Amino acid sequence: MHNTVFEKLKSDDPDIRKSKILEALESEDLSMSFDDALENEMVLNMGPQHPATHGVLRLLVSLDGETIKKVVPDLGYLHRGYEKLAEATSFHEYIPHTDRLDYLQPIANNVAYTMAVEKLIKLEIPERGKYIRTICSELGRIQSHLIAFGTMVMDIGALTPFLWAMREREKILDIYDIMTGVRFTTSYTRIGGVAQDIPDAAIAGIKKFIDEFPKYLREMRDIVERNKIFIVRTEGIGIISKEDAIDYGITGPILRATGVPRDLRKDEPYLIYDKLDFDIAVLEDGDSLSRYYIRIEEMIQSVRILHQCLDKLPKGSYNSGNPKKVLPKKERVYTKMEELIHDFMLINFGVNPPVGESYSAVESSKGELGFYIKSDGRGNPFRLKIHSPSFCNLQILPVLMKDCMISDVVVIIGSVDPVMGEADK
Amino acid sequence: MNQERIDLIKLKLTDFNIVFTDITGTPAINANPKYIINICKILKTDPDISFEMLLDEMGVDNFKKGIRFEVVCSLYSLKFKDRIFIKVLLDDKNPEMPSLTILWKGADWYEREAYDMFGIKFTGHPDLRRIYMPEDYEHFPMRKDFPLLGIPDSIQLPNK
Repeated sequence: MHNTVFEKLKSDDPDIRKSKILEALESEDLSMSFDDALENEMVLNMGPQHPATHGVLRLLVSLDGETIKKVVPDLGYLHRGYEKLAEATSFHEYIPHTDRLDYLQPIANNVAYTMAVEKLIKLEIPERGKYIRTICSELGRIQSHLIAFGTMVMDIGALTPFLWAMREREKILDIYDIMTGVRFTTSYTRIGGVAQDIPDAAIAGIKKFIDEFPKYLREMRDIVERNKIFIVRTEGIGIISKEDAIDYGITGPILRATGVPRDLRKDEPYLIYDKLDFDIAVLEDGDSLSRYYIRIEEMIQSVRILHQCLDKLPKGSYNSGNPKKVLPKKERVYTKMEELIHDFMLINFGVNPPVGESYSAVESSKGELGFYIKSDGRGNPFRLKIHSPSFCNLQILPVLMKDCMISDVVVIIGSVDPVMGEADK
Repeated sequence: MNQERIDLIKLKLTDFNIVFTDITGTPAINANPKYIINICKILKTDPDISFEMLLDEMGVDNFKKGIRFEVVCSLYSLKFKDRIFIKVLLDDKNPEMPSLTILWKGADWYEREAYDMFGIKFTGHPDLRRIYMPEDYEHFPMRKDFPLLGIPDSIQLPNK
């Protein structure tokens, strides 16, 4: 194994291109001169494994000194074929796969997918189920924005707020543990509602978290926002104009940072967002500092939403009892005949939706997460397309990185906040 | 979207013989690939209709003879806050359609993904190459005749 490199060097195979430095190593005459290295452009490969690229994102950057001339992102290192997999699994079976899409807020993806399926099969879920799903989505938003905040400032150099953000995130993961049984990839929602009712211990945990969170967020912000290094490294870096953002089809915090007040929770309300009172954060500049501020503001608004949800949480059932579409409870499946039959039919033949298509989108923490489902009457989706916000947002990297320095690349990627699980599907 | 807007859109697009369908509450237009650029231009620039954002372009493989592929474009209007879908039906032998990159810059990666997964070519696209699969991959994974577990030996693995 250790001889392989030298064997390749010595071989006459024309496919192995030798760089000049290797040729110089081999040749006897060591007085070879190189072209003036400062006159050429250099292609730097910020490879798929890199501490700052937020996952397996590969960037090919062409540099003139330290200024960036051109950036080409290269995707596909985490492509798992989720859309093809959906055609082979039933609607229920696909729920754990949706956890792994935007793996920083798994519970919000579950909500998005089951809402899309319920729109297709025209199933209404009861109020308590909607409130529980809203609570899950907002907790997912806080969880995702904490990591976005922590990793962005860590890439700039501030290591402490990252661990403080992780400490807060641990509290949310403990809440998930009580609520769903799983800390991370929860698969909590089901078609027709949620898997199980939210226990009182979880509600108490959420209440304690949202009572204390603003104080800890204030602590984290205090050591970051007034720091001159942070402001100089993010203000005016990575600007995108409003027209460009609309042209590229960007959604989420990036669009709101350019001045467009678009938020699916207000424009096309789903679940119970039309009954809640909250604001959406909109700023005008379109640079990295605005995107940072929008995420902080969204966390504060999420705490406000959670307060209202917990106050108004109604009693009732947490899933629609429709026996032909909703999986029955396990203890009844083991003891009663009808539930056994329904369970068998649903697991083996699936929820048979009518022939047709549907599109449904939610506002996730990165943008608009949409599912386009086309069914031909069988238990598996005929075509499932995931409109992932990170994929669309990564398109603008060449626009954001125009005429920046190499050290701005990490700040810009941190402010765009891509998740490769979503972008590569 | 109320009936007024649908009638207005039908009025503006009468030259192109479009068919209105419905995707669970959102209207959809079936369009001919020859006229797609003109239709999209009217939908984008007319101030009473104004669908400014192209949100998605997805390929669908219906696996029938004749008209096999579809490209579904999803447009959104920021002014009136509603959506519309445009479906372009494409042939089996030679699925091609004009690229929408001249109207919306964001169509770039969506069309690359449709090309990579289905083999649908977009004429006039500035840089049509694969986005997920390696550059020299020969098959189109999302087509219905591609097996779920992949074709053995179709990707070059590095030698140890």
